[in-house]
Amino acid sequence: MTELTTETAGATEAPGTAGTVRGAQERFAPPTRFAVPGRIAVSPQDASVWRTATLTGIRRETPRVSSFRFAVPGWPGHLPGQHLMLRLTAEDGYVAQRHYSIASAPDDSGHIELTLDHVEGGEVSGWFHTVARPGDRIEVRGPLSGFFAWPADRPALLVGAGSGVVPLWSMVRFHRSRDMRVPLRLLVSTRSPEDLIFAREMRSETTPVFTRSAPEGEAVGRLGAAHVAPFMAKQPPGGWEAYVCGSNSFAEHASRLLVAAGQPVERIRIERFG
Amino acid sequence: MNITRGFTGRPRVHHPGLPPGQYDAGDEWPVLSAEVTPDLAPADWTFRIDGLVAEPRTWDWDEAHELPPSAYEGDIHCVTGWSKFGVRFGGVSLDAFLDVVRPHGSATHVVAYAHTGYTANLPLADVSGGRAWIVWEYGGRPLDAEHGGPARLVVPHLYFWKSVKWLAGLRLLDHDEPGFWEGNGYHPRGNPWEEQRYSGD
Ligand SMILES: Cc1cc2nc3c(=O)[nH]c(=O)nc-3n(C[C@H](O)[C@H](O)[C@H](O)COP(=O)(O)OP(=O)(O)OC[C@H]3O[C@@H](n4cnc5c(N)ncnc54)[C@H](O)[C@@H]3O)c2cc1C
Repeated sequence: MTELTTETAGATEAPGTAGTVRGAQERFAPPTRFAVPGRIAVSPQDASVWRTATLTGIRRETPRVSSFRFAVPGWPGHLPGQHLMLRLTAEDGYVAQRHYSIASAPDDSGHIELTLDHVEGGEVSGWFHTVARPGDRIEVRGPLSGFFAWPADRPALLVGAGSGVVPLWSMVRFHRSRDMRVPLRLLVSTRSPEDLIFAREMRSETTPVFTRSAPEGEAVGRLGAAHVAPFMAKQPPGGWEAYVCGSNSFAEHASRLLVAAGQPVERIRIERFG
Repeated sequence: MNITRGFTGRPRVHHPGLPPGQYDAGDEWPVLSAEVTPDLAPADWTFRIDGLVAEPRTWDWDEAHELPPSAYEGDIHCVTGWSKFGVRFGGVSLDAFLDVVRPHGSATHVVAYAHTGYTANLPLADVSGGRAWIVWEYGGRPLDAEHGGPARLVVPHLYFWKSVKWLAGLRLLDHDEPGFWEGNGYHPRGNPWEEQRYSGD
């Protein structure tokens, strides 16, 4: 079987990235079917350089979540779904590093946005939510990871929970900014309407699932088979590429639902926030 | 050094067992896999070694368990930043499998691959000489599917993405070929003590 080779060779030139695309060179292809062949290759150069990012704006999304806009000179561009590594450095040289998904769509503005949940007592998210102000400088390296990227080449079924919606929202923004025709749907699980990140921007592509409290007349409950079924019943030509993002327990739950509903495992990509 | 205004960070801990940039995850064991956790029964698990070897061979669950047991007790380090201290994995030393297939003198690297198709590349020297195990037990219990059960590779002196979950086989090569994360911008070797996280580190 040569699933991996076929997939790799079929990777498309990604719009808006400087990343080089893996060629169809002879490589060992495991005899096992690969669940998540990379969509695009990541440039080793971009992955290894730390760049200074200057905070230019903060926008509140929900009581616990804000978006942070940065100017990043030399940002090589990204695809929606990719993340970066961010580091904060204390005066004694102590460093804290975390991964964050890129929330903004790729554009040529030299800016990127991150959207951060305020984790109780969180070392890095705590600094952002209580100390950071425009003009502050931090460091980032990336973009990283090609397997969760969406080059807008296949219909996408996005399934997220909590801050797991962030990389998926970059895909929605990308889709809108280029006025794309390729089908894209978002199924997002949230505790309550107040906790729904990007709620103001959501339109008919989004189906929210409320787990604790819902708007008047809407159901409260966990994401279940009934939420997934309509998407599986109405498949676009070529089927969905599923992107699942959230906590590990959500990712396990959602990916099992998709498999049970008939989504092929090799077309489910998972990003776990831990 | 680019100091971040107003950032002090957690209280500093000096732990000699902690590689640079890592923290002690305590009892937590975060899961990081890009694919759906496979539903793989021990009876369906197999492990194959081929490529540059004298005798390619496939073991099933029972055959693998007939090899002399060996455990790893010590620390593990994940590239995302966490380390776990004093873990105990039970299984078989990879040397016991390699002794059977007899690697050619020309073999320098391996690609380890999973039943999901995930791959990681490693120098042969990093998976031989008592440095790597195939394990099916964690803390005396069967290894959870989320953590790579029924059986995974453990190469504890390298970042844990090299320790392929749901291990299906090793292909021995005379050159290095990037695996999944290595092709996604991660370092070809991944030595935590040299902080080899990304390609170019
Ligand atoms: C690929 C990826 C993308 C992500 N994208 C986003 C995103 O878009 N938005 C978002 O809000 N979050 C995202 N996260 C989560 C994010 O990386 C952080 O985990 C989160 O912001 C909490 O970090 P913190 O420093 O505020 O909290 P902390 O509590 O300080 O750290 C978070 C966790 O890391 C551990 N930890 C880290 N350092 C230490 C230490 N020194 N001692 C003990 N434990 C420690 C703990 O287990 C803790 O629960 C993403 C994670 C991943 C892996």
